Amino acid sequence: MDTNDSLRVASLWHLMHAISQQLSPTTGCSEIELLEADTFDLHIFQSLTGTKLFVVCEPGTQHMEALLKVIYELYTDYVLNNPFYETKIPIRCELFDINLTQAIQKDRVALLGR
Amino acid sequence: MIGTGKIKQYANVLDKPLGKGKQEVSLSAFAFLFSELVQYNQTQVDNISELETRLEDAGYAVGARVLELLCHRDKGNRRETRLLGILSFVHSTVWKVLFGKVADSLEKGTEHEDEYMISEKELLVNRFISIPKDMGTFHCGAFVAGIVKGVLENVGFPAVVTAHFVPVEGQQRPRTTILIKFAEEVLRREARLG
Repeated sequence: MDTNDSLRVASLWHLMHAISQQLSPTTGCSEIELLEADTFDLHIFQSLTGTKLFVVCEPGTQHMEALLKVIYELYTDYVLNNPFYETKIPIRCELFDINLTQAIQKDRVALLGR
Repeated sequence: MIGTGKIKQYANVLDKPLGKGKQEVSLSAFAFLFSELVQYNQTQVDNISELETRLEDAGYAVGARVLELLCHRDKGNRRETRLLGILSFVHSTVWKVLFGKVADSLEKGTEHEDEYMISEKELLVNRFISIPKDMGTFHCGAFVAGIVKGVLENVGFPAVVTAHFVPVEGQQRPRTTILIKFAEEVLRREARLG
C-alpha cells in the first residue's frame, strides 16, 4: 500500500469511527476495538490523545492488544523524540522501522513457541 | 540545642557548597529537550553545516562548565598537562558524569600524528534520533563534539573536534566516532615535555 492509499483508508476509518460512536447499541461504548472479517481481523488501539493504531492480522490471533501497546511505546520513543519528524506526515524514521520489525518478529516467535 | 533542625540559609547562591549533584536525570526529558534544541536551530539556519556549528557551540558552553565542575569535584583542582592524561580524563570521567558510562574506546589515529578518536556504539544523544536520508552527513553528535571541544580548549589543548558515522559490517547502525585533531602548538609542547 503506498502512502496515498494509506491516507485514503485512514480517513475512511475516521469517518466510520465517528459514525459507530453514534450508532452503538450498548451505552457507554466509546470506540471500535476489533473488527472481525472472514480473512482478517483488524485490531485498534486508541491512545489518550486520540492517536489510533491499527493491526491487521490473521483471524483468531491472540494478544494483539499487548502488541499494540508495545508499538505505541515505540512510537512515542522513536517518532516523537525525533527532531526531524513533523506531525501529520507519513513516518519515515529508520529507528522506528527497525524496532517495529523486531517487535513483530519477537511476537511471532513467541506465538509459534506456544 | 541551638539551631537544631534548621537548614542554614545562604544569602548568596554562590556561597552554597557544591554537592554531589543529582546522579540521574530522566532520559525522556533530555530527549525532548535535545529534540527541541535541534528543531529550533533548524529554523534559524540555511544549511546543514551551519546547523552543526550551532549544535557545536551549544556543546562548547556545556563543556566549559563541566570542566570547571569536574576539576573541583573529582580531580582536587589538579591540572592535566599531558596529552594522554587529558584524553583519558575526557574518555572516562567526563563521559561517566555526562552519560553514565565510560566511552567505548579511545584510539590514536594511524594516518596523522595529531588525531585521536573516541568511539561509541551509539551516543546517548542520538538514541531516539533517525536522520532522514536527504540530510546526508549531518550528525547530532556535533553537540557531543562541542562538549569535548569545550573541555579541551579550556584546559589548554586547543583542538578541532568533529563527529562522524563509521559503518561497521555486521551491524545495521553505524558506530559514532568523535575525531579530535589537536593544534600544532599542543604537539610541539608535548614533544618538548618528552
